[in-house]
Amino acid sequence: MAKLHVSTTINGEPMEFLCEPNDTMLDALRGPLGLTGSKEGCASGDCGACSITVDDQLVCSCLMLAAEADGHELRTIEGMAQGEKLHPLQQKFLEQAALQCGICTSGMLVASDALLRRNPNPTEEEVRFWLAGNLCRCTGYDKIVRAVMETAAEMREAAQ
Amino acid sequence: MSDIRLTEASSHMRHGSNIGQPLTRRDGILKVTGQARYAADNHVPGMLHAVLAVSSVARGRVTFLDVEAAKRHPGVVDVMTPVHKPRLAEDPDAKTHPFMFRLELLQDDTVRYANQAIAVVIAETLESATEGAALLAPRYETQPARVGLDGDKSFAPPAVGVGNPAEVRHGDVNSALTDASMRIEATYETPAQYHNAMEPHAIVAAWDGDTLSIDTPSQGLAMAQARIAGLFGIPPSNIHIRSPFLGGGFGSKGLISGPQILGIMAARLVGKPVKLTLRREQMYGPVGHRAPTRQTLRVGMDGDGRLTAIDHHARTASSSFDDFFEPAADASHTLYASPAIATSHEVVRLDTGTPLFMRAPGEAPGSIALESAIDEAAWMCGMDPLAFRLKNYADVEPITGKPFSSKALRECYAQGAERFGWARRPLKPRQLRDEAGFLVGWGVGTATFPALMFAADARAVIRADGSGLVESGAHDMGQGAWTALAQIAADGLGLDLAQVEFRAGTSDLPDAGIAGGSAHTATAGMAIHNAGAAVTAKLADLAMSDERSPLFGAGNTGVIARDGRLYRRDDESWSEDYADILTRAGLAEIEARGKGGMDPAAQSIYAMHAHGAVFAEVKVDPDLGQVRVSRMVGAFAAGRIINPRLARSQLFGGMIWGISFALHEEAVMDPRSGRLLNANLAEYHVPVNADVPSLDVLTVEEHDPYVNALGIKGVGEIGVTGSAGAIANAVWHATGFRVRRFPIRIGDLVVPASD
Repeated sequence: MAKLHVSTTINGEPMEFLCEPNDTMLDALRGPLGLTGSKEGCASGDCGACSITVDDQLVCSCLMLAAEADGHELRTIEGMAQGEKLHPLQQKFLEQAALQCGICTSGMLVASDALLRRNPNPTEEEVRFWLAGNLCRCTGYDKIVRAVMETAAEMREAAQ
Repeated sequence: MSDIRLTEASSHMRHGSNIGQPLTRRDGILKVTGQARYAADNHVPGMLHAVLAVSSVARGRVTFLDVEAAKRHPGVVDVMTPVHKPRLAEDPDAKTHPFMFRLELLQDDTVRYANQAIAVVIAETLESATEGAALLAPRYETQPARVGLDGDKSFAPPAVGVGNPAEVRHGDVNSALTDASMRIEATYETPAQYHNAMEPHAIVAAWDGDTLSIDTPSQGLAMAQARIAGLFGIPPSNIHIRSPFLGGGFGSKGLISGPQILGIMAARLVGKPVKLTLRREQMYGPVGHRAPTRQTLRVGMDGDGRLTAIDHHARTASSSFDDFFEPAADASHTLYASPAIATSHEVVRLDTGTPLFMRAPGEAPGSIALESAIDEAAWMCGMDPLAFRLKNYADVEPITGKPFSSKALRECYAQGAERFGWARRPLKPRQLRDEAGFLVGWGVGTATFPALMFAADARAVIRADGSGLVESGAHDMGQGAWTALAQIAADGLGLDLAQVEFRAGTSDLPDAGIAGGSAHTATAGMAIHNAGAAVTAKLADLAMSDERSPLFGAGNTGVIARDGRLYRRDDESWSEDYADILTRAGLAEIEARGKGGMDPAAQSIYAMHAHGAVFAEVKVDPDLGQVRVSRMVGAFAAGRIINPRLARSQLFGGMIWGISFALHEEAVMDPRSGRLLNANLAEYHVPVNADVPSLDVLTVEEHDPYVNALGIKGVGEIGVTGSAGAIANAVWHATGFRVRRFPIRIGDLVVPASD
């Protein structure tokens, strides 16, 4: 089977890669692209550990074919910090101890970032339900919500 | 190991000691940036992918595999089957010690449970291996599966848990029940549950002759190494395992599992490195689970609301081929003062994978039954459930009569009740409504977990530049070992955390025991503490016997180690820097080892347990029966807390597991086929962000000089206990329906309960 050539943008960098027609985006990220920050928890779109954004749309990369990335802009956990400088959400997750084992953390952060980009002033309930598709078995839940709410407040303040 | 660079601790306020500081986790930056490398993130050059083909029947034998079809698929390199596999040095069904469980390693064509590995396809890509596994199209000779707690005849097990007596009798329970003024008898059912760590079990294995290099998550590196060594007939020192981060374990990574060994066998077979990762649905079988239970409690009370008898009987299940019996009834041993207590177990054998330790084994299902029964008893006595628990408070351990090494449970009850506002609780159920008209209920549960210790070793070094190195092969499955143990290491060496290099997570380091039983911080921590004490003592010997040292001759009064200096104990104006002592002695470094383990003398005198009190509020839709936990307060006394920020996370996590136990989790078996109907994260319900309210955790001060020199009891599991019962009791208080089959379902609350 001939490999497909895909031209895409990942975390602001133009990228090209080859994939099989049946490779998932998650396989491509974790394999040839070497971006292992996105995790596979279920491969069926149930757990959110592989969350990325495609043109600002939050998706489970395990449910997307790698070939579908062609011509689109992807963002993964690896693009969240600016060099050594953590994104405010990353910083707040650390301070609030909103992570434990860390497998859900990448997806949780990407999903939280996607929420705040679309709604910089979410209610607590909106945060809880937006993140309802990101499972955490260490169950850091309440601290995750606190971290997102506090980051949102600080980012709004900084923007003023 | 050199490729793990943990972050320096941030500059939080310090009060002269590393222990007790709420440092952020040292592996945190790696985790929030996606750089922490878990087992499945490793890609070795030339690596092949292995995929399990698993049985779709629960009992029988495999009669046909279309190996040729699989091999014809492009990219498939080999297919490992019972007739084509590397030879093992040891029978995978042999059991030579109590922590050894039988493994399914393609030893024959027998199927013991659904999802058991029946072949392994090895290919150049994951996709090829997956397709190859599908092409095997197995055929079976099937026998009827034994499913559910009535699936077979029961028998009395020789022991439960690991070597606990299956039956314990204290006093005469039957006559105490006959003589009781009031008594309840109730039966509670808990379902099979699966650990479902977010990280599926994964292994990358590479052989080089008879040495083996492995990346795989492990809660017990030394035991995994010994098991692999036995199976492959090579010395343990030939096996190097890296497990710097576990993506959760909860007991399922305590022992190396069959699929992980199959990955090593596959690498042996093809002579190349192999990666094998379980698919989520494949985790429902070969990597352990919590067995279902049916528990009957008979509780007797006198006219004053004092317990006179507790009889706790549990029926549970193991697999058809191995023994792990959930010690559910043991939860009644320690909590309440009753002159007569009896606990007993009966078990059946089912066509499932072997159940194993799962967060709070025994205590979790036992506690939800006991705490429900205690609540039912309080209601029968017309007493507030907290007042009833206080009336029956155990000042000594009920069965053994031993004093507790420490027990701040009264303070937990008091502080938790105060924070929750428990005093305003109406006695009767169905009295409270919120502004939306939802039924509101408040419940309490008592939490308890034994303060265990296993055995661990550590090595400590002080270098000529004054810095320190501490090594212990500890395991961080998210609980925070990289951070908490480094804090203990720094204090043990009398150094600032920034001056201490802490190495953990690989099998070439001193054995840190297992990360289980809530005992890892205590056990590995004590080894580290003792290694630190030993090396500073060596350093002190050097200084005190050297007449050029300001500490010369201080041998009688002794010295103390602090901030990289040794100080004369009776006069701190005499001191000397570590670096100066070593440099003058011409030593590049000085090292010592330490051990951690339980103190049998203290154990023979004292009962050692952590305790807690959990208060829960639920809201129930009166029309739809939907339950939401709206508030929870947990107050826990667990000895010394090494890192409050991370300990709180463990307690929160445990409490949410309690929510899950009471309201969400359940593995559903098809009674006809013995297959799991919900082997995925969509239908096996675990709580999500939207299910969990704002939680509150209080840690109650407790100084315990007897559990270990550091006073650590452990916080990993206790949060589960008490919490599940508190929620069940809150549901009763909201609705008046006493649901005794868990998880509580919507249907239980819209149809009047049959009782």
